[in-house]
Amino acid sequence: MTEPCLQVDDLHVKYDVGSTGFGRRRWLHAVNGVSLRIEPGETLGLVGESGSGKSTIGLAVLRLIEPFSGRVRLGGADVTGIPRSGVRSLRRRMQMVFQDPYSSLNPSMTIEQLLQEPLQIHTDLSRGDRQAKVAQILEAVGLHAGYAVRYPHEFSGGQRQRVAIARAMIIRPELVVLDEPVSALDVSTQSQILNLLKAIQDQSGSAFLLVAHDLAVVRLMSPRVAVMYLGEIVEEGPSGRVYDNPGHPYSAALISAIPFPDPVRQRASGRLILRGELPSLLDPPSGCRFRTRCPFAMDICAAEAPPRVPIEGGGVAACHLHAHGPRLAGGSVRSLLTARVLS
Amino acid sequence: MSAATVPSTIAPVVLAPPPSGFVRRFCRNRTAMVSLCLLVLITLVAVFAPLLAPHDPARSSLRAIMKPPGMRYLLGSDDLGRDVLSRLIFASRLSLLASVQAVSIALAIGLPLGLISGYVGGWVDTIIMRLNDALMSFPALILAVVIVGLMGPSLSNAMTAIGLVYAPRIMRVVRGSTLSVRQEVYITAARATGCGDARIILRHVLPNVTGPLVVQATVLMGQALLAEAGLSFLGLGVQPPEASWGAILGTAFPYMAQSPVPTIAAGLVISVTVLCFNLIGDGIRDSVGRMRRSGD
Repeated sequence: MTEPCLQVDDLHVKYDVGSTGFGRRRWLHAVNGVSLRIEPGETLGLVGESGSGKSTIGLAVLRLIEPFSGRVRLGGADVTGIPRSGVRSLRRRMQMVFQDPYSSLNPSMTIEQLLQEPLQIHTDLSRGDRQAKVAQILEAVGLHAGYAVRYPHEFSGGQRQRVAIARAMIIRPELVVLDEPVSALDVSTQSQILNLLKAIQDQSGSAFLLVAHDLAVVRLMSPRVAVMYLGEIVEEGPSGRVYDNPGHPYSAALISAIPFPDPVRQRASGRLILRGELPSLLDPPSGCRFRTRCPFAMDICAAEAPPRVPIEGGGVAACHLHAHGPRLAGGSVRSLLTARVLS
Repeated sequence: MSAATVPSTIAPVVLAPPPSGFVRRFCRNRTAMVSLCLLVLITLVAVFAPLLAPHDPARSSLRAIMKPPGMRYLLGSDDLGRDVLSRLIFASRLSLLASVQAVSIALAIGLPLGLISGYVGGWVDTIIMRLNDALMSFPALILAVVIVGLMGPSLSNAMTAIGLVYAPRIMRVVRGSTLSVRQEVYITAARATGCGDARIILRHVLPNVTGPLVVQATVLMGQALLAEAGLSFLGLGVQPPEASWGAILGTAFPYMAQSPVPTIAAGLVISVTVLCFNLIGDGIRDSVGRMRRSGD
């Protein structure tokens, strides 16, 4: 069995948010026991609404925030068990692209300085070799090499994101965490950047952890997807299967929120609209965390945390519906939706 | 790498030459520009003092004691019969150099401490800030008088004292900016790239705190000049026969009733120079502030 590029086991991230006033610390449980696996060169999409903890996972994987517990392994190297100072040498193998290219590039550095920095830190190339590499990567991300002398504020959002991608890819890392890489960009620019990411991945063979709330983006980019709700992964599996036959009501709700361009199909599709707000992470619901907003919630959902059930067509979902109530037994939640529309 | 697979949609658009927004805005600020011109003029006078001064500033003449302004002595002569204009021209050298020395010392102490305090935070920050508060709780000039009293009166000692007293002001500004820059996404991005703390502080934080720093340093130049004048007026700064503007004011002041011109001239030169520094500081602040925002 080959070593996975990234393996995350039972990751917990908690923030200390002060005491209740009675001496007890209050913890915000942002990520609650998440496990994932990404093979070399693979893309895993991580979706969920804001506040679901998906970006936190990305940051914790790179140890940009300290995980509370759990283990992260990068191609056999332990990321979490080593002192913070040791993580720096691992940065050569894992990089990150941030959401907002307007704030993730230092305004006082030229493009050349920004792109040379990773090379200065991680390689001992000569100045000339570094400049050649910078010219090469600029061309690869579709920017004119003459732009190297300019400052970030002279560029558009899409161009800046190209620079940010170049900065992450210039040392050819094994893993790149893409934290909402296109959600700050215009729709017309988004597809260009996504195509660029795909092209670069084909060349470099890097694995991507793609964090996004846009399901269309994730479907385009990644063959495998994990759905997060309130700090937990509720469903995981091949993108096609999750989109067509979701095994968890939350995935079904997310997917039914994607608009169809065709109004007839739009009306025909059983929409699953969630009510209420995302519960507080300070005081998550007992049992299944989704039960307060789930249209199919049963008594058992409040009592027990749902088991992870294998779903037909690949992947797993954490939901009681498969063993209790309608006993979907690995089938699609869609059958419940059509039943509701008909009744 | 081949670019063929990549959608190269970016035509080499000809952008305008790098718009140096700061310079353009500063030039549009008339008050600041006039102040800058005046200051350049004063600096030139200081540099070319030997060429410009009509008399030897140290030579006294018994026949020319406290002459009123006239053809020979444009601003009159002082109680020892020295030409006041020449003395003011030569004094500009000492006064400006003294301010530079004081601000340099303040920067040398305040900048690194401010960066460390703001970036590291925690107990390091607490300790540095308490010392800072303690130093700031003393009135600046009184503290400087005490330090000069301990080290002995000389211009260099006086300015070292002023620099020490002003260091907390630089530190506070730098710490404040560092605290806000530290929250920026590009600092997290730098850590993700693999930068160490030293590199982040020097390459990523420092260039982004220079705006407020330059403003504060310019204003402090004016204040240091004033403090030097004050200390020299009291006899704690420059020692005779050398003179700074403050020393000239101090020696001319007792004879103000007989000959007011030297006192007024020295006072005017000090006021105008300090005002120039402050107005330039304001101009830089206004211009830099807008650049930061339009940068996004």
